[in-house]
Amino acid sequence: MLVVENLSVNYGGVRALRGVSLKVDQGQICTLIGSNGAGKSTTVRAISGQIKGMGGSIISGCITFEDQAITTIPVHHIARLGVVQVPEGRRVFPNLTVRENLFMGGYNRSRDSGFASDIEHIFSLFPRLKERYNQLGGTLSGGERQMLAIGRAIMAKPKLIMMDEPSLGLAPNVVDEVFDIIQDINSAGTTILLIEQNAMAALSVSDYGYVLETGEIRMEGPGKELLDDERVINAYLG
Amino acid sequence: MSLGTLYGLIAIGYTMVYGILRLINFAHADVMMMSTYFAFFGISMFALPWWVAAIIAMILTALLGIMIDQGAYRPLRRAPRISALITAIGVSFLLENLGLVIFGSRPRAFFRPEIFRPVWQFGEIHVLSLSVYTICITAVLLVFVYIIIYRTRIGMAMRAISRDMQTVPLMGVDLNRVIAFTFGMGSALAAAGGILWAMKYPQIEPLMGIFPGLKAFVAAVLGGIGNVFGAVIGGFILGVTEILLVAFFPEFSGYRDALAFLLLILVLLFRPTGIMGEVLPE
Ligand SMILES: Nc1ncnc2c1ncn2[C@@H]1O[C@H](COP(=O)(O)OP(=O)(O)OP(=O)(O)O)[C@@H](O)[C@H]1O
Ligand SMILES: [Mg+2]
Repeated sequence: MLVVENLSVNYGGVRALRGVSLKVDQGQICTLIGSNGAGKSTTVRAISGQIKGMGGSIISGCITFEDQAITTIPVHHIARLGVVQVPEGRRVFPNLTVRENLFMGGYNRSRDSGFASDIEHIFSLFPRLKERYNQLGGTLSGGERQMLAIGRAIMAKPKLIMMDEPSLGLAPNVVDEVFDIIQDINSAGTTILLIEQNAMAALSVSDYGYVLETGEIRMEGPGKELLDDERVINAYLG
Repeated sequence: MSLGTLYGLIAIGYTMVYGILRLINFAHADVMMMSTYFAFFGISMFALPWWVAAIIAMILTALLGIMIDQGAYRPLRRAPRISALITAIGVSFLLENLGLVIFGSRPRAFFRPEIFRPVWQFGEIHVLSLSVYTICITAVLLVFVYIIIYRTRIGMAMRAISRDMQTVPLMGVDLNRVIAFTFGMGSALAAAGGILWAMKYPQIEPLMGIFPGLKAFVAAVLGGIGNVFGAVIGGFILGVTEILLVAFFPEFSGYRDALAFLLLILVLLFRPTGIMGEVLPE
């Protein structure tokens, strides 16, 4: 579904990625783990098309989604193809209400019955958002924001959701909740590329995983295998 | 009062563009000047009814605003803010000099339509009907502005962009369309303000935008730049203080233009975010 080949990114001298290749198959939950500064966010930003617009950055390599090259097309076109990102730090719109944040997610959709039922579906996943329907995004707690950011992504009816560290800064019980939701979304048919530092939780729900270190893929394999791999255990699960 | 609403109408364009691009569009005042010429030629050359000419002028001005954005500012979206700011000053000079070349420096008499001419009497007070209509027209336009910003899809995107420009395209939103729309809307409002201005002080010339433009800018800062309704309130306050100064201290009326700058300095010193401005995390 998504194929990244030999992706390199340079931020004005800083080499963030050096020839990263990875593949996400339809229906999978695929995980990219790695420590701080490994280049995880850079990878999702590159896939979303956000790197090429940045001053001073150089990107090379090839990214294809459903056999279409997306390396050079604009961010909003990539989103419209069904590749949606839940950005690092949630990036909920603080001056928009919960309702409007969800509507932003479904910006290009017609406001038909499917739209309304998707809103209802999100409220069934996240009842707490329903109670805060008209509250501003900026007034939500971290966990609520993460849920809103995920809900917003679902509103786009994406084929692939890329989540950049959804568990970051959340209490353990909320982390469990978020991982449950991720599995629900996946079993409803959406492919997921999960970015995590929480390697244990991420790999145990994943079909396939990649380990990124200083801009390079060091290891890859089915989630369960990586969980048992000694090097992964030492570096990320210790 | 009507003076204040005119400042407010023009200020909206400054504030909307600033809210989204963090750019002070110095050319805005000259866009307003151009609108009065569009209306002038609509009435004098094409013999259009004044309101048809005004509506066409608003549309043309919106297009001009969009063209300026696409031509001058769009290539600089990723450049440091100062480049766009300098470009804005350049565009401003360009429009002024273009105006001088095409329209000549000689002021031209603007047309005040029949219905705006009578002077109405309310008890002791005499008011020009134009002033009353100006307030009504502004109120109607503000309702439209409110509906667009708070009740439409593109308005929602505008508000989202004002706080997080990077994330909005991830929602599949074409930033450029929203920005173009913002320029168009701000310019059309400036056209409405400019044409009413030209009817109030019925003469137009290529440099006429400078003072109302500066004052509208002060109004925008006063109200909290980036805040649309703050701009209107700022305009209102500025207009009223100016009129009060002239009414109660006629000997100082020569300083009415300086008053705006005094207010600007005071606001910048004591409340840089303006009356309704939010404190933006930078
Ligand atoms: N906009 C930028 N300009 C310059 N350097 C950057 C920029 N963004 C990231 N980098 C650098 O690129 C490298 C990879 O950053 P990236 O954000 O992709 O890491 P990450 O794996 O997501 O880390 P974290 O777990 O902390 O989120 C880092 O060394 C970082 O300093
Ligand atoms: Mg990151």
